[in-house]
Amino acid sequence: MKIHEFQAKEIFQKYNVPVPTGGVAFTPEEARSIADRLGGYPVVVKAQIHAGGRGKGGGVKLAHSLEEVGTIAGSILGMTLITHQTGPEGRLVQKVLVEQGLNIQKELYLSIVPDRSTAKIVVMASEAGGMDIEEVAEHTPEKIIRVHIDPLAGIQPYHCREVAFGLNLPPAAMKMLTAMLGNLYRMFLETDASLVEINPLVLTAEETVVALDAKVNFDDNGLFRHKDLLEYRDLDEEDPLEIEASQYNLNYINLDGNVGNMVNGAGLAMATMDIIKRAGAEPANFLDVGGGASAEMVENGFRIILSDKNVKGILINIFGGILRCDVLAQGVVEAAKKTNIGVPVVVRMEGTNVEEGRRILAESGLQLITAVDLKDAAGKVAEIVNA
Amino acid sequence: MSIFVNKDTRVLVQGITGREGMFHTRQCVAYGTRVVAGVTPGKGGQKMDEVPVFDTVNAAVGKTGADCSLIFVPPAFAADAVMEAVDAGVSLVVTITEGIPVLDMMKVKNYMQGKPSRLIGPNCPGIITPGECKVGIMPGPIHKPGGAIGVVSRSGTLTYEVVHQLTREDIGQTTCIGIGGDPVGGTSFIDCLDAFEKDPATEGVVMVGEIGGSAEEDAAAFITQHVTKPVVGFIAGLTAPPGRRMGHAGAIISGKSGTAQSKITVMKQSGIHVCEDLGTLGKLCAEVFT
Repeated sequence: MKIHEFQAKEIFQKYNVPVPTGGVAFTPEEARSIADRLGGYPVVVKAQIHAGGRGKGGGVKLAHSLEEVGTIAGSILGMTLITHQTGPEGRLVQKVLVEQGLNIQKELYLSIVPDRSTAKIVVMASEAGGMDIEEVAEHTPEKIIRVHIDPLAGIQPYHCREVAFGLNLPPAAMKMLTAMLGNLYRMFLETDASLVEINPLVLTAEETVVALDAKVNFDDNGLFRHKDLLEYRDLDEEDPLEIEASQYNLNYINLDGNVGNMVNGAGLAMATMDIIKRAGAEPANFLDVGGGASAEMVENGFRIILSDKNVKGILINIFGGILRCDVLAQGVVEAAKKTNIGVPVVVRMEGTNVEEGRRILAESGLQLITAVDLKDAAGKVAEIVNA
Repeated sequence: MSIFVNKDTRVLVQGITGREGMFHTRQCVAYGTRVVAGVTPGKGGQKMDEVPVFDTVNAAVGKTGADCSLIFVPPAFAADAVMEAVDAGVSLVVTITEGIPVLDMMKVKNYMQGKPSRLIGPNCPGIITPGECKVGIMPGPIHKPGGAIGVVSRSGTLTYEVVHQLTREDIGQTTCIGIGGDPVGGTSFIDCLDAFEKDPATEGVVMVGEIGGSAEEDAAAFITQHVTKPVVGFIAGLTAPPGRRMGHAGAIISGKSGTAQSKITVMKQSGIHVCEDLGTLGKLCAEVFT
């Protein structure tokens, strides 16, 4: 789960990680009243959306007076911000973070991520802050400090020293960073985070260390033990169809193509999208109905696929294991009765109870196109949407 | 021959009295697997069909000599279940559970360092040696016993698709393993490739990967160095958008890393026969392996 910068900074404050003074505003008036309470200018106005690259896209601006805060907030709020992470359609900005400007001496980078291949928690830090860290890693990997932490032993003082000395900080700031790193690590564990990133982390002219930016993601699998964090979920940042699908425990991702597809199992679903593309068409979605799907889930899946008006044909690909083919067939028939399926449907079924499933579909009176195998199915659906 | 499980494997099921545990235990027994015990805390002394149920893994191992555990415990308690099995000396721990927090699995993986147990999964379909032993949730009948090809995969139903195509081409399997779709898991592609290379009955391997992480790249490097048997590879997710979790927690393209195209390129360079059209995978295997 992704959260906003201002929410991440709220959590930072709970863990005594220094952030600039500020607040979130939904209107230019609110922005002005927050700015008025801060200790002078400049003040920074930052668009709050779930995507990086906001500065380059014009979503982060400096204001030097109260009037300017109002004007800038007015121009950012309601804008459609396009960054390299939003895609060409951009994202509507509905809130801004208004913060005290700092006297920046140096911009640094700091993050904590799990390393999947070693099963260790990795702290990454760099003096090359404020830049795209992937670019830094690609062109000047020697500028990145990496410290691996065994999750059973936890973070040790020498881990923090390695980072602090590596960043060439003055002594006072070094002490501050060490404490900050310990707190961030504790936060990472206690919230089941999957990413904590501060870019830039700034060394101020006063030799303090402050998190100027904050990006925090959580492991979806860990959310069951953090009901409080669920309040940070912002439905405005999600696709409406994906929100609806998540209510039915369906794994659905909306895409740009016109071939709707419904598959059981994530790997097979991805491979089905690939084979649709290979057959000369574009997938309209990713939809994994899961191993233990019920007829009702299949029915909801159908409805969600059909709510996407770009869909011109549907491919159902089920390899019956836990999800039996007869259950799937039942779901398809139910869905067809309740919803008006206005587009052709190609069905490919294999595995447990496949004969029974085929019989149910054949006797339903529905106009379904059956396929003998995956290649045949993809070819048939591509032919339909390209006709 | 086979790897990791065979007709002598003695299986215990953790979470045997739950809905999933009960259903799949029956399927495994019907396939011929020797399920010797079940564990559900608080239900010790009961029976699930003919299988005796114990309160702890320790008690189950002590009484029945089980050497393999199949885990259906819910995500919140799964890490605990794995460590319990490891501490009881179970040599193979197969974890089907989907949705275990990454931090839990990181602790489990570090805890298992230096211990003799092997973990398969989590979030996987399990392992099967066709005709001998099924420890998992895969449909038994699609497999063909007595063959010479090993299968290793990060996926569930995609593995069934691959196995089904092999069987249709009359290519039997030695052992098929789903290593799971989570970012942190036990047994890796490399562990399986190494075991298949050393297994005299296995003459070739099919490796099924997907986007996210670098397990396929690591496996490709290992193959160049250590694997003499032919390998056919497939990667799912060429059309997956970056930054989105594609069902499996581990299937996510982060920035520029973990894309299907980069994996396919590296795999080809290491001599793997990469299949780019899933519809023809069986045919490609027939060409490469015979």
